[in-house]
Amino acid sequence: MEVLKIATAGSVDDGKSTLIGRLLYDTKSLTDDKLEAIERTSRKNGYDYLDFSLATDGLVAEREQGITIDVAHIYFSTATKSYIIADTPGHVEYTRNMVTGASTSQAAIILIDARKGVIEQTNRHFFINNLLRIKDVIVAINKMDLVDFSEARYNQIKSDFEELMGKRDYRDQNITFIPVSALKGDNVVNRSEKMPWYKGQTLLEHLEAVDRKDIYNIGTPRFPVQYVIRPKTDEFHDFRGFAGKVYGGELSVGDEVVVLPSMTRSRIKDIYFYDKKYRTATRRTSVTITLEDEINVSRGDMLVKAGDLPTIDKQFTATISWMDGQKLTVGSKYVLQHGVNKVLAKVDTIHHKIYPDYSGIEEGVASLGMNDIAQVTFRLNKPIFYDSFKNHRTNGSFILIDSNSNHTAGVGFIN
Amino acid sequence: MATAINGSADLDILTRNPLENEAIYIFREVAAQFEKPVLLFSGGKDSITLVRLAQKAFYPSKIPFPLMHIDTGHNFPETIAFRDKLVKELGVELIVRKVQDTIDEGKVIEETGKYASRNMLQTTTLLDAIEEFKFDACIGGARRDEEKARAKERIFSVRDDFGQWDEKNQRPELFDMLNGQIELGQNVRVFPISNWTELDVWSYIQKENIEIPSIYFAHDRNIFLRDGMIWSAEDDVVFRAEDEEVRVESVRFRTVGDMSCTAAVLSRADTIDKVVAEIRDSKISERGARIDDKRSDAAMEKRKQQGYF
Repeated sequence: MEVLKIATAGSVDDGKSTLIGRLLYDTKSLTDDKLEAIERTSRKNGYDYLDFSLATDGLVAEREQGITIDVAHIYFSTATKSYIIADTPGHVEYTRNMVTGASTSQAAIILIDARKGVIEQTNRHFFINNLLRIKDVIVAINKMDLVDFSEARYNQIKSDFEELMGKRDYRDQNITFIPVSALKGDNVVNRSEKMPWYKGQTLLEHLEAVDRKDIYNIGTPRFPVQYVIRPKTDEFHDFRGFAGKVYGGELSVGDEVVVLPSMTRSRIKDIYFYDKKYRTATRRTSVTITLEDEINVSRGDMLVKAGDLPTIDKQFTATISWMDGQKLTVGSKYVLQHGVNKVLAKVDTIHHKIYPDYSGIEEGVASLGMNDIAQVTFRLNKPIFYDSFKNHRTNGSFILIDSNSNHTAGVGFIN
Repeated sequence: MATAINGSADLDILTRNPLENEAIYIFREVAAQFEKPVLLFSGGKDSITLVRLAQKAFYPSKIPFPLMHIDTGHNFPETIAFRDKLVKELGVELIVRKVQDTIDEGKVIEETGKYASRNMLQTTTLLDAIEEFKFDACIGGARRDEEKARAKERIFSVRDDFGQWDEKNQRPELFDMLNGQIELGQNVRVFPISNWTELDVWSYIQKENIEIPSIYFAHDRNIFLRDGMIWSAEDDVVFRAEDEEVRVESVRFRTVGDMSCTAAVLSRADTIDKVVAEIRDSKISERGARIDDKRSDAAMEKRKQQGYF
C-alpha cells in the first residue's frame, strides 16, 4: 500500500482541524465511538453542527484553549492509499513545528481563509514548504461558504498567491488551488454543488492522483551505515553485514562502491532483506549489505558508488532553521548529526537572517533565536560526506544537538 | 525494482511496505545509539509484530536486547503460553517483573470495586524495572492512531528520572534523524510502529503469516454484559455482580491488555483473513474496547504523564 505523508499549514481559525476532521468523516474513517464523542462534546459546547476539529485536537491544553500546539499525526486510508497527515500549528511562534512536519512530508496543504485572503502567515507557510522543497502543494481556499461561494473572491486570492509564487526559490513545485468549505463539506471529498464554476478536482481526488514517483526527489544512491551485523555463529562465522537505509537511488549486487571516509573500494556481494537476498535495493529500503572484500566499516561510514562521490569537507554553509530557546551565536559548538553520523560543529559565521515572509534579509546579526532562519557557515572537527539539499534531501540535511540539554536545537539544509 | 535471486517476481520492498522499512531503521538506531535497550513485550499483537520486525532488522544475528514483560497477573493464560514459546524460539532473554510483587511491597494499592484494574499499577512496576536494570531505551508497540494523546508522541520519546512525559517540551524529529542523546537517569521510549494503524498491523500479521495467541480469533466464551461491553466471565479477575448474567457467545479480542480492562467483541472471524476483513469494515475503534480510556476524555494523557506506556 502506498503511504502519502501530508503536512498542513494554516493560521489560527483557518479551519485546519475542521478540514482534517471533514476528510476523516467523508472518507468514513471516523469510527462510531469517535463520532459519538464528537457529537457529545459538540452538544456540550452548544454547537448546532459537528465540530470536526475535536477529531484531531489531542492534548488537554489544546481542548481548553481550542488551538493546536504541537504536531499531531492523523491516519486514514482509501482503497488506493494510506494517508498520514502531520497537523502542524500555524502561529508565528511555531515555525519549528511546521518545518518538522514538512521534513517528513511529500505533499502539503496550505489553508487560506477566503474572507481574509493571502496574509503574512500565508507567506510563511509557503516559504517553509518551498524551503523544504515539498513537491506537491495544495492551496485550499477555505470558508467559501462565508463569501457566498464567490468565484471572483477565489480568483482574487489565487492571483494574490501567484504573485507570491514569483518570489520562490524552488521552482519545480506543483501548486494546485482548490476552493473548499471544510465545515459544509464542499470540494473536500465530495464535489460542491454550490461552486459549479470550479472544474478542478476535489481535495481527496487530487491526493489520490498524486504520484509518489514524482514527489520523491531522486538523487544518487547514498548508503549511510547504521549498524554492523556480526552474528559470529557457526553458520555465519565470517558474516559482516552493513545495515542501513538506501537513499536517493538504487544499489545492486556487483556495484563498485567506495567506503567513506576510508576511500576503500570494494564491490557489493549480497543484499539482504531479512533472510532473503535481492539483486537490487530500491530507495528507502532498510537492507543489509555485504562486500566482496573484508574491510573495516563502522557506523557513520557511508557506501557510495565509485565515480559518484559526495562532497567531503570540514566546512560548509547551510540555511538553518533554529528551534531552541537557547540562542545560536558565532563560536558556539554543537553536535551535528548528519544522517546517522555525528561530528562536532562550531558556528563560524552567521551571514544573514532570512525573513520567512519574503520581506528580505537582515545582515549583521550576532545570534539566532527560536524560529529564526539564517545562512550560517560551520566548521567541523571531522569531514562529513554531503550533497547539497537541492540535490539530495537526505544527504543534504542535518540536525544540531545542544550538548548541554541534548535537545535537537536546529535543522540545516546544506547549500 | 528489487528482484529476488531465486527469480520470484517483483519484490519491490519499498512500495510494498514503507512502514516496515521505517520500523527496521528505527530498531537499528536503537541498537546503535543506546547501551541497554529492552523490548517491552505484552504478548499482544503489536509487541509480537515488533519482535518480527526486530528479527528482520538484525538477521542473521539474534535480537541484540532482552524482552521484558510487566506481568499484571491478570493475563489471558493463552498469551503467557504463547510468550514462553516465542522466547524459546528466538533464543533471547525474557525478563518478567510482576505487579503482584509491587503490591506486596506496599508500593501501590490494589484498586477495588466493580471497575478495579491493575492497568494503572503496572506503571510503578515498569519504572522500578527500568531503574533496576538501568535500561536507557524501552521499545514499545504504541501507535499514534490508537488515541489522541498518542498522536503527538515522538518516535524517540524522552522520559525524565521519574519516567514522566513532558508533552510540551518534546524534541522535534526531522527527516529520518533520531536524536537519542540523554542524560544519566533519563530513558527513551521508542515506538517503531508509531505510524502504523490497527489495519496495518493486522495486514502485516496476515502477509507475514505471524503466529498470534488464539484469543485474537473467534471462540466460544462465557461472557457477561456491562455498560454495553462484553466481559470475559471465565475467570475471577473481572468482578461480576450477581445480576450480571453469564452466557456463551462467539467472541474475539481486538486488543489484549490486562484482562480486567479488556473487553471482547462479538465475532465469527476465526481466521486471520476473516479478522482483517472484519477490521476493515469495523465501526468501533480498537481502544473503544478499552475501559481504561473511558474514565475521562484525557485519561490517556494523564496516564502518560505519570510514566505509563
